[in-house]
Amino acid sequence: MPVSTDAKGKTYPPFEYEVGKEKIREYAHAVGEDNPIYFDRAKAREAGFRDVPAPPMFAVVYSTGSVGPALFDPDVGINFEMMVHGAQEFVWGEPVCAGDTITTQTSVKDISDRGGMGFYVFESVSHNEAGQEVVRGTWTNIVRGGS
Amino acid sequence: MNVELKVTPDKYLPHRYAGASGDFNPIHIDPEFAKQVGLPGNILHGLYTMAQVARANVNAAGGDPRALKRLSVQFRGMGVPEQEITVTGSVKEERDGRVVVDTEAEQGGKRIIRNGEAELETG
Repeated sequence: MPVSTDAKGKTYPPFEYEVGKEKIREYAHAVGEDNPIYFDRAKAREAGFRDVPAPPMFAVVYSTGSVGPALFDPDVGINFEMMVHGAQEFVWGEPVCAGDTITTQTSVKDISDRGGMGFYVFESVSHNEAGQEVVRGTWTNIVRGGS
Repeated sequence: MNVELKVTPDKYLPHRYAGASGDFNPIHIDPEFAKQVGLPGNILHGLYTMAQVARANVNAAGGDPRALKRLSVQFRGMGVPEQEITVTGSVKEERDGRVVVDTEAEQGGKRIIRNGEAELETG
């Protein structure tokens, strides 16, 4: 089946995520972080953070609620059985700390057909409650055999 | 600056990462399901492996997560639990207090993350 590019440019409603200290601890533990700034508020403050910071890749945790609905959108039409996560990029801005409320908005940046493979590129942009950009994610999913 | 990190995810790591990240795709946590869809067993989350690449580069830059400005990777093949992963990287460009590092992750002789590029603030 040819790849439908109709959803290119589509933007989804913003998703809000409240960052909790214990969620940061759980995530930092799972990925093997041992820097005490992720676990100890006093150590984090000594290092100049307002509260325990999230490890950079915690971006996945607060972005997923925004990227998920775009991935599963029938208008995009990804065949999940044939999909692989091909590439990922994050560009970080202001650090994210416990107590922040992060708002993420996702859009379909590009859909293309390359030699019978569908390339679906999503962009998520996350801001904190002060309006500062905290991360910009580019999520590339590849679907073999088109959509 | 030298990027090198070795980590062996234990058998239950994909379950902990699923809980931490919210990604409960059964290919990561259910060996039987994974085999039914043609995989050798349950496989690591690619974003877990990318987190190891991020950690290796932050550590090499002195441990401050604010140093990591950008990371892009390509996922290839698949990572599995209970086998050592090695993350490596080498500086390819250095200017104005920032370095660009070519970085990748290998497991059992296969590159599971390739064409990785990290941008770090060192100044």
